[in-house]
Amino acid sequence: MLVRGERCLFANLGFSVSSGELLVLEGRNGSGKTSLLKTIVGILEPDDGELRWNGQPVRRHRQAFLASAAWLSHRTGLKPDLTAIENLRFESALRPTRVRDLEEALERLGVLRLRKLPVRALSAGQQRRVSLARMLLASAPLWLMDEPFTNLDREGRALVEELVCEHVGSGGLCIMAAHQDVSIDVPTTRLRLQ
Amino acid sequence: MWKWFHQLASPPHFFRLASVLIPWLAWPGYALIAYGTFAGLFVAPPDYQQSDAFRIIYVHVPAAYLSMMAYMIMAIAGGIGLIWRMKLAHAVAASAAPIGASFTFLALASGSVWGRPMWGTWWEWGDPRLMSELLMLFLYIGYMALRSAIDDTTKADKASAVLALVGAVNVPVIHYSVEWWSSLHQGATLIREGGPAMDAAMLYPLLANILGFSLVFGALLLRRVRSEVLRREGRTRWVRELVLAPGDSA
Amino acid sequence: MKNGSARTPGLLDGFVATLRRDLLLAWKRPGDVLNPLFFFAMVCTLFPLATGPSVQQLQFAAPGVLWVAALLAMLLSLNSLFLADHEDGSLEQLLVSPQPLVVLALGKTFAHWLTNGLPLVVLSPLVAVAFRLPGATIQVLMLTLLLGTISLSLIGSIGAALTVGLHRGTALLSLLVLPLAMPVLIFGTRTVSLAAAGDGYAAGVLALAAYALGALSLAPYATAAALRVSNE
Repeated sequence: MLVRGERCLFANLGFSVSSGELLVLEGRNGSGKTSLLKTIVGILEPDDGELRWNGQPVRRHRQAFLASAAWLSHRTGLKPDLTAIENLRFESALRPTRVRDLEEALERLGVLRLRKLPVRALSAGQQRRVSLARMLLASAPLWLMDEPFTNLDREGRALVEELVCEHVGSGGLCIMAAHQDVSIDVPTTRLRLQ
Repeated sequence: MWKWFHQLASPPHFFRLASVLIPWLAWPGYALIAYGTFAGLFVAPPDYQQSDAFRIIYVHVPAAYLSMMAYMIMAIAGGIGLIWRMKLAHAVAASAAPIGASFTFLALASGSVWGRPMWGTWWEWGDPRLMSELLMLFLYIGYMALRSAIDDTTKADKASAVLALVGAVNVPVIHYSVEWWSSLHQGATLIREGGPAMDAAMLYPLLANILGFSLVFGALLLRRVRSEVLRREGRTRWVRELVLAPGDSA
Repeated sequence: MKNGSARTPGLLDGFVATLRRDLLLAWKRPGDVLNPLFFFAMVCTLFPLATGPSVQQLQFAAPGVLWVAALLAMLLSLNSLFLADHEDGSLEQLLVSPQPLVVLALGKTFAHWLTNGLPLVVLSPLVAVAFRLPGATIQVLMLTLLLGTISLSLIGSIGAALTVGLHRGTALLSLLVLPLAMPVLIFGTRTVSLAAAGDGYAAGVLALAAYALGALSLAPYATAAALRVSNE
């Protein structure tokens, strides 16, 4: 249960996601998709209820859970004054990273040639690609994505779908909030928030 | 013990308990204050140094004591609310702040009135007690400002609890630093508050007033917490039943 | 070294990375570092202008003036400690990083002290000379500012964390931090005054050092807790 202000956003919500699965949170604006994601990743504290990761309550094993979760918010989470590569380097000092080569992650997202520019000089879509590169960099089995398609062109959207497909296909988990229809070729559960 | 703790923390149970307790705190409190104030003003002998001016201590000392007490209650309640996620504790902290600030103001005002005949000035910078009280008032102001700046009640509760705890750790340091600061001036000589040197006829009314003020403080606090709980639980069923129940004065 | 096995960074990595990132940011935006310094110099200039150029008076007031100006300059810079991170979402990324938030908050606070506190200590002798303080007193002044600004950064980071994301947070920040900063101000100014008068001042320095140590061990936890609350 999560109460925001005077309003109870959701109560009696129960769901589970297992590896190799995509969970899509659907619902209109203000239905609590972002809040639910933020509750899962621990930015918001649930008023009631419990979250388990690998059967362990997350509240007690916060660090271990966070090491296996990556969070893509609607804000970039990048420092605009730093270059893409500097931003990624900072991230790789904070969490276990899979791809040692930061440039490989940027190349995957098609923004390698922009690596020496300060992030503020990039377009919104390009900034989002850098955020996605940071997510790719983290060797986290759980991806939490808040509206990952925002600001992206068709090519970028296809790329996100491809990345999610690959991630989930190789045994990862992904929970994604989206207000438009998402159809990715992986086992998908849909949760509609009122 | 835990069962009792949880039962107390349940808002409807607390509400009933508070309603029973308030008169039991308030009336003895008023009676003690009446005795203490009367005996203090008319029965106690005048001080050989300060003559009648010392009589302000019957207000000043209890107020100063409660200004500290309320801050400690606020910090402890905030800590309990943070650690055990007890909502009632946050309601207690929120209610204690304005009462504590009022007593701090009362202590400052009475101290200043006392300073007029003693030092010939309404405000003596060199007195560490007045300075401590002033800083105490600033701490309360900061606490209440933070609380009112945050719209979300849950968030305001937690943020102000953190601040109250930080403040509580700082209070002894502030006292010590102010003492040290004023000891470097050739400061005003201080009133001997309490202590064995005090005449019994002076001391008992003071003790009566301290106890009386504390009881009234307790009653005021419970009253505020009661209405705070009502405000916060406005959406729940027990409040609706309570408000709609005919003939039951809430 | 592609697709090498995951390397788990340690506590020091998080601290150093945060520190390095904030120093790099300060390097790229020197105005953020310089403005509080100019502010410090200007506030110090206000006092002689307001009270007159009498040397004796200035010498007497110097410890207080310099300390108050330093306190206000620190306060000015504290406002932006977490604000930019909050706005671009990188604060959220710090919250969800597997590194303990306390360590990251300490890294940011240390960077704040290096970019705002330490420059004040370095600049203070210039102003002190203008106020005709003797050399021995200036050394004591620098020592107290060194210890005091550490405490101010630490205490201030709690206030900055509590007010981040609030409307009109600047004024609120001052209301929260100033009462907490009073002991530092008192110890700092009194110690310098005692030194100027030729009295023993060791107690004041020790008190400042003790306060800095206490703040160092407690404040980061409060800052981390406050950051979590502010981002809810």
